[in-house]
Amino acid sequence: MKRLSSGGRIDRSRPFKVRFGWRFLQAFEGDTLASALMAGGVSVVGRSFKYHRPRGIFSAGVEEPNALAQLGKRAQREPNARATTIEAFKGLKASAQNAWPNRRLDIGAAAGLLSPFISAGFYYKTFIGPFRQSTRFWMICEAFIRRAAGMGKAGYAEDHSNYEKRHAFCDVLVIGGGMAGLCAALAAGRAGAQVILAEQDFKLGGAILAQPLDDESTDWLNRILSELEVMQNVRILTRTTVFGAYDGNTFGSVERATEHRIDAPAGSIRQRYWVIRAEQAILATGAIERPLVFGGNDRPGVMLAGAARAYLNRFAVLAGRKVVVCTNNDSAYSAAVDLAHAGAAVTVADLRRNVSEEAAFPAEVAGVNILRGHGVLKARGFQKVASALVAPVDYQGRATGPARSMAADLIAVSGGWAPAIHLWSHRFGKPAFDPGCQAFVPTDEPSRVLRAAGCASAAASVQETIEQGFARGAEAARASGSTRDSGQPPASVAMGSYWQHGLSPVWSVRKSDGSFKGKAFVDFQHDVTIADIDQAHAEGYVSVEHLKRYTTTGMATDQGKLANTNALSRMAELRFMEITQVGATTFRPPFTPVAAGAITGHRHGRHFRPTRLSPIHHWHMRNGAKMIEAGAWMRPWFYPDQREDMRAAYIREAAHVRGHAGMVDVSTLGKIAVQGPDSAEFLNRIYVNGWKTLQVGSLRYGVMLREDGFAMDDGATARLAEHDYFMSTTTANAAKVLAFAERLLQTAWKNLKVHVTSVTDQWAAIALAGPNSRALLGKVSDSDFSREALPNNRIAHASINGVDVRIHRMSYSGELAYEIYVPAGFGIHVWETLYAAGDEFGLIPYGTEAMGALRIEKGHVAGPEIDGRTTLNDLCLDGFASTKKPFVGSVLRNRPVLTDPKRPSLVGLEIQGDTGAKPGSLLFPEMSDHKGHGDGWISSATYSPALGRNIALAFLKNGKQRKGEFIKIVNYVDNETLQARVVAHHFFDPQGDRQNG
Amino acid sequence: MLWITCPVCGPRSETEFTYGGDATAPMPGLKEKDTGPWLDYVFFRDNPRGAHREYWHHNQGCRQWLVVERDTQTHEISSCVLARKAKT
Repeated sequence: MKRLSSGGRIDRSRPFKVRFGWRFLQAFEGDTLASALMAGGVSVVGRSFKYHRPRGIFSAGVEEPNALAQLGKRAQREPNARATTIEAFKGLKASAQNAWPNRRLDIGAAAGLLSPFISAGFYYKTFIGPFRQSTRFWMICEAFIRRAAGMGKAGYAEDHSNYEKRHAFCDVLVIGGGMAGLCAALAAGRAGAQVILAEQDFKLGGAILAQPLDDESTDWLNRILSELEVMQNVRILTRTTVFGAYDGNTFGSVERATEHRIDAPAGSIRQRYWVIRAEQAILATGAIERPLVFGGNDRPGVMLAGAARAYLNRFAVLAGRKVVVCTNNDSAYSAAVDLAHAGAAVTVADLRRNVSEEAAFPAEVAGVNILRGHGVLKARGFQKVASALVAPVDYQGRATGPARSMAADLIAVSGGWAPAIHLWSHRFGKPAFDPGCQAFVPTDEPSRVLRAAGCASAAASVQETIEQGFARGAEAARASGSTRDSGQPPASVAMGSYWQHGLSPVWSVRKSDGSFKGKAFVDFQHDVTIADIDQAHAEGYVSVEHLKRYTTTGMATDQGKLANTNALSRMAELRFMEITQVGATTFRPPFTPVAAGAITGHRHGRHFRPTRLSPIHHWHMRNGAKMIEAGAWMRPWFYPDQREDMRAAYIREAAHVRGHAGMVDVSTLGKIAVQGPDSAEFLNRIYVNGWKTLQVGSLRYGVMLREDGFAMDDGATARLAEHDYFMSTTTANAAKVLAFAERLLQTAWKNLKVHVTSVTDQWAAIALAGPNSRALLGKVSDSDFSREALPNNRIAHASINGVDVRIHRMSYSGELAYEIYVPAGFGIHVWETLYAAGDEFGLIPYGTEAMGALRIEKGHVAGPEIDGRTTLNDLCLDGFASTKKPFVGSVLRNRPVLTDPKRPSLVGLEIQGDTGAKPGSLLFPEMSDHKGHGDGWISSATYSPALGRNIALAFLKNGKQRKGEFIKIVNYVDNETLQARVVAHHFFDPQGDRQNG
Repeated sequence: MLWITCPVCGPRSETEFTYGGDATAPMPGLKEKDTGPWLDYVFFRDNPRGAHREYWHHNQGCRQWLVVERDTQTHEISSCVLARKAKT
């Protein structure tokens, strides 16, 4: 057992078991999955991506590249979870991934033998290399490689967990709950600012948590926390990762609300997605330790020095008893000292010849053996480290003498620290390289809304971290309008060094000839080795952006938190440049992986967008209508009689309307009130036809174009009063037309005195159609509906069963028809009145499918025809266009390419035989091979009860000249070919006698 | 996410607005019969780096069209006025 009998920031009074694969591991409250694994002696946690090499725990934080585990089961399955950040809880179940049959005996490890073939650029080369002619060979390889390579597997089942989205606003957002962040929150809180402090860990304290428990830093932390916790204006969010920084100082964050609790009540929020808008933000995200590159540096048992210290001091787990520390800076000495105090035999192989007394003296006192000017050439061992090959090295890390083998079960490495500037980079792009600390640091961005403090800005000492955090917090509070004084910063505290003092810029240990002893990894998670970087360089992929994509370094789920600087420094070395000249790639959100469910929140399925219901919706539901989605709307599709299917029902409904009477709910049509003295002029400009002559009480059909000359929408507009018009649009284009009208009125035609208002929701609309509809209206209302009193295209005001309604005489079906506009709240009342009175007139309700059949019989165009790619000419509506006035689109519709008579234009098709055509089918001349896109396409099709045959509306090249011709209809989806005769698109009652009757 | 201060509604999230295109290219007068100015207006746009005037429609709010001056590089918004009151 590696767990020590005392110490650590775990609660030993709360023990429980966690499961990893088939093993049950002892854990305590305060553990992570990684610390429980380590305490249980699990060294191989998983297998690597490409070569299936055994991998263990490398870090103690979000940067973890190796210890990835699969969490949960079925719907809640979560792949690639970093064991180092998974809070251990009673009931936690995890397993290894990318290993079969298990993590210790992994058959895929044979892939390691193929490694010469799967180096950098492998995917690209396989297509252009010697196997170019043989796709079959490639396919075989690909199938094998795709199965072998990979990470965890996501589940397919629907995730039923609850997720929540919240918006938060604050004066100061402090990102990171370490020393700098706590001091910033304290200063801003004292100044009276509204503060949110977000910490991704489940404990506040940052670097202090890795300090020995008896250290005075713990008291320091408790003092700060007790002051913060009582501040009403400071909200502390732990387990909350700020994953992205966006424009307007908006921060995306995910709080793991209850997923660490097995006892969370049913229905609890699993994760909460916070959108935080902050006036000011403090980047107190600390720093991430850099690894060193040497042969076998990925073996389980090689670990960051800071992580070894964190496992010891925070989790009371001694990661090794025979420890070799390899470092290029002073910070690893704190780990060496603490490990030695805990009973380990520690040797430091320091790559530097000169080590400061400040670092060396306490280590020597603690019994640490220091080898100056030495490095670890290779980590030896199979499934875990057994020994370290240590050699004397020069300032570049090259061996200068014979290596010796030192028994070791832990190799702790430190290549210095890199500030965690990811969020800064999300907003402001490329950071600057600071040669002093050999790391990328935030530059002074001009807007001053995201201020870095502490290790995130390379603060070199505890005192500087405290003072900087406090000062940034106070500045941010002032900048966001707080006026109170923040007082004095907390006093500094003595603690073990954790910053990279005395760093020597050497990150690799090599043989005297400059080569590595074995595989030396740069990106552990994507299995990118030094050899891959060298190869990319040799092949000319020298820019950092090319290097990244060619080798995939930094592209795994850890996004190169450990890999990037080592890959860059190798490239710099190869190009004889400084890192600053080589440059860095830009970090992008998210900082750590985010569950899609958290972003989605409740907005999925039916809650993805609002469902719009007609005011008459509930009647349709009560009366057995089958509904269909039309955009956001639900509309009655058909009303089946007994067990009728859709086809039987719409044919019956459509035929019945032509014989008797029917009514359909058209409340979903867009309705726009156009009001003001210049309304007629406005309509004249927006529609292609003339409006100046329209009388009060009349209505007219109109078509409007976009500025580019294509048809946009059609509909009828009625003149209700001198300056009051009522425009209707298609259901689908209602919002688009309103926004279009508003844009024209507010930007181009500002002098027109017109106001447009959507009144779609204010009115229910019922289309009453059929030869009996006049008689039915006469029964429910006292008004005169005779042909003389209310001819086609006129409106009437009437009262139906006590409700004032407006009746527009107009026809979409081609029958004698009326549209009845009713205040929305009375929609069902009037509908039911008509329905009750309709019996003797043979009234039935009909749905959108029958409505479509009726309009196709009449050759009326709708959405499938006005699809944004057709012109007035294509639609055979050019006769509507006024030649006496300009209108929107009147110039560009006359472009030669749009007036070419060969363009496909609207025709009718009479289909031969009993099978109907499918919209989208292509048209070909009768005597031709069907190749290419043909001569046109079918837009709408139906069975016509009036004609007793299948018909369709279609667009056909030279359509106007081809009436009578037989053509082929080819449906590639169903592999079906039909024959049809080209006819005029007005199939039924072309003179309009019925609607004018 | 942008934070647009609508002159009518006050500071609002970008999600309430729809981008409405270049505000520096006015629509030709309807009396314009040449295709040239219309083609320029519909199809040809500059794509400047830096300050840019553009239309935004507050369609989930007061439904006013706004002229927003935004830096295309930093996304900083320096002004936002009603299109009705903007010059040109």
